[in-house]
Amino acid sequence: MTQGYAKTTREEGAGQGPVFKSPTRVRYALDWVFRGLVFVATLIGLVVLAVLLIDVAWDGVPRLGWGFLTNFPSVSAERSGIYPALLGSLLLLLHTAVISVPLGVGAAIYLEEYAPDNWLTRLIEVNISNLAGVPSIIYGLLGLGIFVNLLGPVTGGQSIISGALTLSLLILPVIIIATREALRAIPDTVREGGFALGATRWEVIRSHLLPMAIPGALTGTILALARAVGEAAPLIVVGAATFITFAPSGPLSAYSALPIQIYAWISQPQPAFQVNAAAAIVVLMIVLLITNSLAIWLRNKYQRRG
Amino acid sequence: MFNVFEGRPETRERGEVRAATEQTGALGMRVENLSAFYGSFKAVADISMDIQANKVTALIGPSGCGKSTFIRCLNRMHEVIPGAYAEGCVKLGDQDLYGKNTDPVNIRRRVGMVFQKPNPFSKSIYENVAWGARINGYKGDMGELVERSLRQAALWEEVKDRLKTSGLGLSGGQQQRLCIARTLAVEPEVILMDEPASALDPVSTQKIEDTMHELKKRYTVVIVTHNMQQAARISDYTGFFYIENMGDPGRLWEFDETSKMFASPDRKETEDYVTGRFG
Repeated sequence: MTQGYAKTTREEGAGQGPVFKSPTRVRYALDWVFRGLVFVATLIGLVVLAVLLIDVAWDGVPRLGWGFLTNFPSVSAERSGIYPALLGSLLLLLHTAVISVPLGVGAAIYLEEYAPDNWLTRLIEVNISNLAGVPSIIYGLLGLGIFVNLLGPVTGGQSIISGALTLSLLILPVIIIATREALRAIPDTVREGGFALGATRWEVIRSHLLPMAIPGALTGTILALARAVGEAAPLIVVGAATFITFAPSGPLSAYSALPIQIYAWISQPQPAFQVNAAAAIVVLMIVLLITNSLAIWLRNKYQRRG
Repeated sequence: MFNVFEGRPETRERGEVRAATEQTGALGMRVENLSAFYGSFKAVADISMDIQANKVTALIGPSGCGKSTFIRCLNRMHEVIPGAYAEGCVKLGDQDLYGKNTDPVNIRRRVGMVFQKPNPFSKSIYENVAWGARINGYKGDMGELVERSLRQAALWEEVKDRLKTSGLGLSGGQQQRLCIARTLAVEPEVILMDEPASALDPVSTQKIEDTMHELKKRYTVVIVTHNMQQAARISDYTGFFYIENMGDPGRLWEFDETSKMFASPDRKETEDYVTGRFG
């Protein structure tokens, strides 16, 4: 059993008990090897990411400027800017938040606090988990069929509201799951204390459960909204414009978005447009950084309090 | 499809919380053939007892005999657990708690409950006491109600200068007295206590027992306790719960005045338990 080992050591002070023949050198060597392997695995991911980001920043940051932020797209790369795309992304973010957050939080409250534990509820729960994993382009196709075509007269066809509705469907399962987890984390003793004072379920939810759940739910919601800001595929399908010469005027107006603009510029052959795309990516990264930092700050604040 | 409403809106009368000057007397309760189930498992069977008004009734017995299950049936908290239900009759004064038109939400205001582990809300001390009264429609002077409730719970002197601080910042014994105060603020007729001092130190336990002597002057008190000396100290009546074999439902083995239960109980199992031969 000890063949092939370079050295064995006898446990000190083993006395009369069984002898532990510990090939210490080999054990330590294996430990070191695996430690190195998992470190390299981490490094590969980080290095690739860093290279991408540095490359984009190198190309894009010089291009940033007030002009870039306030100009409209143009056939001339130097005169092009991201103003309508940035505005479109922010408007999409706002509309998506207004639609998806009440629906998601409301659904989570119903499923967690009101729904009886029967086959229908379990079926709904399984489906929500599955929907969280559906590719975003499928949501785009759904949005095209329902919001753009079927409800065209109401939504104005390829409009901001259609895009926002589509993105809301996309992130709704994530918001529901995040809010449910936050509600589930609240111990039942809080609910019992409320009921024992003669309160209805809604009174307990409104006064105690929601305030306690909001920080956790908000973290998941903000991350979901950040993901929506970065989506391109579903927006292409529901008709976000790749070249637009006016700023979106309202929910029923045509629009563009940052990921769409990036996609459009990358498709152009001229290198100057590639630089524009890099700069737009930097702006998008900054928007995402702000939203994700907000989520992390909220989560830390909540953890310290709880 | 889903029973979204608990309590039947058309018959709900929330009952205003009355000011102290109009306080009517506490009520007694009568339990007739109460059985409680968790799904298909029968936890307690055929309990019948009379709970006297303005007296302390203690429920003792070994663990797992259904004392907590039973007491939660007295304010319809048992059915809050999914799949749990009760059969039988529980009367609060003249009203059958399990009657067809009874609103469980209103019952829970009239029959208050203090739990084993203190569970104050994560709000200020003031808000902890005021919230229950406010949602039940109290229209009087809230500050006065909060002070009165905290005094009755023997907590006022310790917290009067920090009413706006969080209830969670209090010690265990103080938190439990805060829970008692918020129960008193909605002016119940009966107060149920499920092992209220078992998680507390002896000093806090003593304070809570002293409080109970005061409380029974105005309210009816039912207390579940594992501490037999405590039951002997503070109660007027005692009920002994017992299970014969594993898996049987808990039954009320004997119920009598405390002095008799501890000095000369009728049944052998009662005597074995109160003398400490088992339990």
